[in-house]
Amino acid sequence: MAENSSQKNGDLRRITIIWLIVTVVGEVLFWTLVAKHVPPGRMTETAASSQSTFNILMGFAMPVLFGVWVFMAYAGRVWSDKRNPNPAMGGAMARNHRATSVAWITITSVVVLFLAVIGTIGLIHDHGSGGGEGPNPIYSPAGATQAEAAALAGTATWSPGSNKVLPVQVIAQQWKFTYRYPTFGGFETSQLMLPADTTIAFNVTSLDVIHSFWAYQLGVKADANPQVNNVAFTETKSPGNFMVRCSELCGIWHGAMFNSGKVVSQSAFMSWAQGTESANTANTADLPAFAWTYVPDANGAAGGYYLDGKVTPYSTSEQYGAKQPAS
Amino acid sequence: MTISAERPTHEDVGTPRTPASRAPWTQRPGWLSQHLGTAIVVGFLGYLFGHWLGNAIASNYTYIANDGQNTVADTLGLLFMVVGFLGGIGALNYPLAKIVGRTANEDEETPVEGWSKYFRYTLDHKVVGIQYIVGVLLFMFTGGLLAMAVRSELLSPTTHLFSPDTYIKIVSEHGTVMMMMATSIIVGPLGNYLVPLMIGSRRMAFPRIEAFSFWVFIAGYMVIFSALPLGGFPTGWTGYAPLQTQAGPGMIGYLLGFAVIGLGMMAAGFNIAVTIVNYRAPGMTWSRLPIFVWSILATAALLTLATPVLFAGGLFGLLDKTAQTAFYVSEHGGSSYLWQNLFWFFGHPEVYIMALPGFGIVGELVPVFARKPLFAYKIAAAGMIGVALLSFFVWQHHLFQSGIDPDMRPLFMLTTELISIPTGFIFLVGMGTLYRAKIRFEVPMLFCMAVFFNFLIGGVTGVFLSDVPVNVTVHGGFFVLSHFHYTIMGGLLFAFMAGLYYWLPKMTGRMMNRKIGMVHFWTMFVFFNLTFFPMFIIGLLGQPRRVFTYAKNLQGLNDFSSISAFLLGLSFLIFFANLMWSMFIKPEKAPANPWESLGLEWQTASPVPPHNFDRIPVITTDPYGYGEAAAPAPAYVAASADPTSTSSQT
Repeated sequence: MAENSSQKNGDLRRITIIWLIVTVVGEVLFWTLVAKHVPPGRMTETAASSQSTFNILMGFAMPVLFGVWVFMAYAGRVWSDKRNPNPAMGGAMARNHRATSVAWITITSVVVLFLAVIGTIGLIHDHGSGGGEGPNPIYSPAGATQAEAAALAGTATWSPGSNKVLPVQVIAQQWKFTYRYPTFGGFETSQLMLPADTTIAFNVTSLDVIHSFWAYQLGVKADANPQVNNVAFTETKSPGNFMVRCSELCGIWHGAMFNSGKVVSQSAFMSWAQGTESANTANTADLPAFAWTYVPDANGAAGGYYLDGKVTPYSTSEQYGAKQPAS
Repeated sequence: MTISAERPTHEDVGTPRTPASRAPWTQRPGWLSQHLGTAIVVGFLGYLFGHWLGNAIASNYTYIANDGQNTVADTLGLLFMVVGFLGGIGALNYPLAKIVGRTANEDEETPVEGWSKYFRYTLDHKVVGIQYIVGVLLFMFTGGLLAMAVRSELLSPTTHLFSPDTYIKIVSEHGTVMMMMATSIIVGPLGNYLVPLMIGSRRMAFPRIEAFSFWVFIAGYMVIFSALPLGGFPTGWTGYAPLQTQAGPGMIGYLLGFAVIGLGMMAAGFNIAVTIVNYRAPGMTWSRLPIFVWSILATAALLTLATPVLFAGGLFGLLDKTAQTAFYVSEHGGSSYLWQNLFWFFGHPEVYIMALPGFGIVGELVPVFARKPLFAYKIAAAGMIGVALLSFFVWQHHLFQSGIDPDMRPLFMLTTELISIPTGFIFLVGMGTLYRAKIRFEVPMLFCMAVFFNFLIGGVTGVFLSDVPVNVTVHGGFFVLSHFHYTIMGGLLFAFMAGLYYWLPKMTGRMMNRKIGMVHFWTMFVFFNLTFFPMFIIGLLGQPRRVFTYAKNLQGLNDFSSISAFLLGLSFLIFFANLMWSMFIKPEKAPANPWESLGLEWQTASPVPPHNFDRIPVITTDPYGYGEAAAPAPAYVAASADPTSTSSQT
């Protein structure tokens, strides 16, 4: 019995030591070499939050992964039929060992609850963490509600240094993204420009099927649903380029539905926005009035599959493309 | 040992009768009666009839004016094909006879000699189990070929092999086929074959419904594949709604296929659950039930409770497409979120329908090869029940970014992370069993170890996905794709392989070749990880799922993954070669109990007699007493005390 327990302690000690070494090496390598390069980078507050949370999870994942792997490797090496001269362990301890079970369940529960708390803090603190929050976001940054209401009323303003939330509408359709800026007369463009150091409210909607607006480096992802305004917030920091991809399967050309955007300085953004607004005046006049959602015209943007050519009578949404000539 | 108290109600089935030479030839056993051939012929006639009927009643009812594509005709054609197939195989003889009040001809109960029984509607759970093996392998190999096509297209960042149209149809068909295969891959073959043997029963509770579940599964396979000749569908296996409504007639194959296979899943689920609850041998208490049976019980509960939601969801979609209802059309008062909710309300329990049987196989096999009792048996059973219960409360984590009900995100983040606690029980049980064991690294054991290795990666990345801030980056990309391949393929499929290598000697009396098995295991394990691990990185670097183009700087990783995937495909050919070699070309006779298992299924005669046990065994202990003095000798069953007796009386 004494021999057994010392041998048992030896096994456990060796496993623990190997596990500690591997885990420490893994953690050090990860935090020094990998952590700061983890996607999606730190271009915005939400991206930074996504990256930090990923790294925290990775920090917890490594001991778990290495624990099981080291144990399995040790078992395969030491307790294999060929190498282990002793018979397999028997007795009541082989059937259950209450302390081990209780410890295991306690530790996993505590870790899991801790991670859920971390995630929830990130979710609330970063105003939805860049994820789509639906039409009535509960985790809004200060000033967002007013800015959104003003945008719909057509009274929104934004200027460099005003520290206001900038609402931007993302309109997805098969198979492209366009953007409307309600603060600047509601012009529509296929170029996504954002000012630096500004809180952005993306209002994401779709004209046909479900898409997903994924501004990769911004750490923003929100599904684009027809007739739904899905709001996602982020706070830009320094200027830079970012990629936009559709990340929800939306039909044949889903794979080709991407474009890119830019975060520029506030003054550069202002001059771009004002310039585009005046250059696009004629086009903007042909667009439907700015609204959070649009109903596709049967002849227009994405319609064509309702034979009667009529749009549903019970939606208060604007008809998108209604002023285009009938085809 | 103790000899059985007989339960006479178990007696009738399988008792050999004199061949029914007086019966009409359609119901005679053997090749002259109804079999797969007649089913295919009648199914084809049913298709023609349904298609004609649809054109007759709804000839003007097309999506696009004058395009000649009548959705009603396509739907009714496939529906009558299913009915015809089931009628042709003989699944409807008994219920129809009962409905019209005739004496049902019960000749399908007669055991048939020879090969023909595998192509017939038969009530022997062991035959159904073997039929299921062939069925799921058929699914798996077709789905696998589609996967090879997907990886071929992704060799280049631009479109080069298939048109975007063809590519998205291949992706969608691959996902749908594989998911439907995976719901049945263990419950169907091993569940049906082994559950009665493991609980000491002579039959399943509802043998006709069991056979029905298999043949409906095959009919569903045909319906899902009919989507390709109908023009394919572009929605992926998730079939999100506005795109589903917009899609062409191939979508009908998807929607009806889900409904038809769903029928089989529900039938299989409650049949197995009822069997486990009611047909346990005397002494087979809940605390002596093999852990594999526990996992199948939890799975059966999920199949029974979750699948109706998919069934209804599929029918709603079919009605939207044929009868112009608007369940999912938001412009007409429906909601595209309705499909997402219904689909994932089924879809997330389904994920555990796929995971639990794998846990069960691992729990069952590891003690045999570790030569140690299963560690913490009750925790293992509790873990499975806990996973099954929690799985109904997590589905909205698929909708974190969808804009629906966002206030609930903290709750669903919590429930999703909680589910890793009962999942962790399985690792406690596995590692505890390995502790100071004497492990025999046979092929099934290697597959079990691989399940622990792979599922750990799959499970840990699941925690990343459940965390909303990280989910923003990893949702809808290759990260999640890799995650569920690690759980389903790395967990379930590896466990299925372990189960096949382990139980095929019991089922067929022939050993799988060990050397080829080793080659198969190592190629599959290595190339599985080399295929899917890079996909985590690809996903983090920003590649969305289901795309035919991707950023040029990701080509290296994608090519690495593709080439590994081809070699992974090769490992399945090695498996197939091993199967052919060991079963047909050079069969090697299996010993009665090649793994020295204490499991009840190994104690009955080999090959298993038509009614499993000459005497119903009396169970005195659980089957994990390895190395225990008090453990029963392998024959703790009253094994064939009187081999001539077919209906033993005490």
